[in-house]
Amino acid sequence: MSTPFYVSPQQAMADRAEYARKGIARGRSLVVLQYADGIVFVGENPSRALHKFSEIYDRIGFAAAGKYNEYENLRIGGVRYADLRGYTYDRDDVTARGLANVYAQTLGTIFSSAAEKPYEVELVVAEVGETPEGDQIYRLPHDGSIVDEHGSVAVGGNAEQISGFLDQRHRDGMSLAEALKLAVQALSRDTNGSEREIPAERLEVAVLDRTRPQKRKFKRIVGRQLARLLAADGASTEAESADGPEDSDEE
Amino acid sequence: MDFLAEHQPELLPGNRQLPPTQGVLEAPHGTTIVAVTFPGGVVLAGDRRATMGNMIAQRDIEKVFPADEYSAVGIAGTAGLAVEMVKLFQLELEHFEKVEGAQLSLEGKANRLSTMIRSNLGMAMQGLAVVPLFAGYDVDREKGRIFSYDVTGGRSEEHNFAATGSGSIFARGAMKKLFRDDLTEEQATTLVVQALYDAADDDSATGGPDVARRIYPIITVITEDGFRRLTEQEASELSRAVLQRRLEEPDGPKAALL
Repeated sequence: MSTPFYVSPQQAMADRAEYARKGIARGRSLVVLQYADGIVFVGENPSRALHKFSEIYDRIGFAAAGKYNEYENLRIGGVRYADLRGYTYDRDDVTARGLANVYAQTLGTIFSSAAEKPYEVELVVAEVGETPEGDQIYRLPHDGSIVDEHGSVAVGGNAEQISGFLDQRHRDGMSLAEALKLAVQALSRDTNGSEREIPAERLEVAVLDRTRPQKRKFKRIVGRQLARLLAADGASTEAESADGPEDSDEE
Repeated sequence: MDFLAEHQPELLPGNRQLPPTQGVLEAPHGTTIVAVTFPGGVVLAGDRRATMGNMIAQRDIEKVFPADEYSAVGIAGTAGLAVEMVKLFQLELEHFEKVEGAQLSLEGKANRLSTMIRSNLGMAMQGLAVVPLFAGYDVDREKGRIFSYDVTGGRSEEHNFAATGSGSIFARGAMKKLFRDDLTEEQATTLVVQALYDAADDDSATGGPDVARRIYPIITVITEDGFRRLTEQEASELSRAVLQRRLEEPDGPKAALL
């Protein structure tokens, strides 16, 4: 019988972090931006059915990069948490902060438990407020930490480069079309600085729109509405914003 | 709901122990709900009265709720239990939609409600029955549909119109005489107000439009565009128009004899 090698805790954690980071880096990046009327999620996703973005509750949206089965698991957990909260207490008692805390606990426990492999996912939990000041965006890396973000956030493959690009160009009070355009620009930059074209059908776009009359503010933007927004000129966008003729279906 | 049953079973209505009771337990009861289809959708409406024995428990109770974007449920029977059932039903539809990424079919929703009513059978046998009326727009078949229930959870699809609650006999009679195949949305909403008026006329537990307190029936319309509840203003205009005509003809519009 051989005695196991001694591995220092520092080394073990560093290895696990490295493992998770590599897994996440294999996935495509996605970005979450604040705009005048809410929060927009933009990502490259060849699949029409396996979503990276999802509704969690009335004002709360979820975005994830990394391994599908792992973040899908977390997403369903989040929906359960939110629905249970809302049913037991009141719809107003479900907050992004509470949800982000639960996710952080889950991810943190899994990350430091020796029995399990760390999750290769990075999450964003966003809540749209009554005003832009009330918006909340939390980024949750694989190790269970929480980062409170403002304005724009990117996760996934070359998140650092993309967030650098976004930080320079994002400003408050952008229209939806402007924000969308900026997001697509940021996503189409490759690691080596060159640009490539992402066709509209490979984009997954969703918004948390505070101007929506319904309680549930989450809405996917697909088809003609997406094409119109992408085509819209930065200047003449307000009329074309999210509440144009409703040609997209309610998800 | 499996999740709820596993983690917080006390939140589910069916999981409660029933204490033995003596005599009838007094609790507010909701009364009349009516529904009528028209080409392109369905209208579901309810009066505003809740009664407890011979007393009016509440004048302005709301008994018609959206279940989700394309369906609504109106409740008759024990108000407290019914409201909870609707809340759970709404939760379940929304939860399914979010987890699966697609809506339940209208049949699926109707079946689910049926199971929920059945789980309340114990209470129903002690006099706390819940008998809802479920109406929705079937996106696949592109038409409005109505489902009615009995206390045991038996479900049956109704064609053209349906009513439930203590005033339902009178409301159904009125609707039978007024229904046409080619109603417009506006005519359909007028029809339900007429039916509720007739129910209130002959059933003491059903409330008519209360002009003095500005309490009017809740009228909801479900079409391709989704669920819509008529505003206070629209409901008041409809009710006043009906009331105005009834001042001249107290028994309402007359149907042809032959």
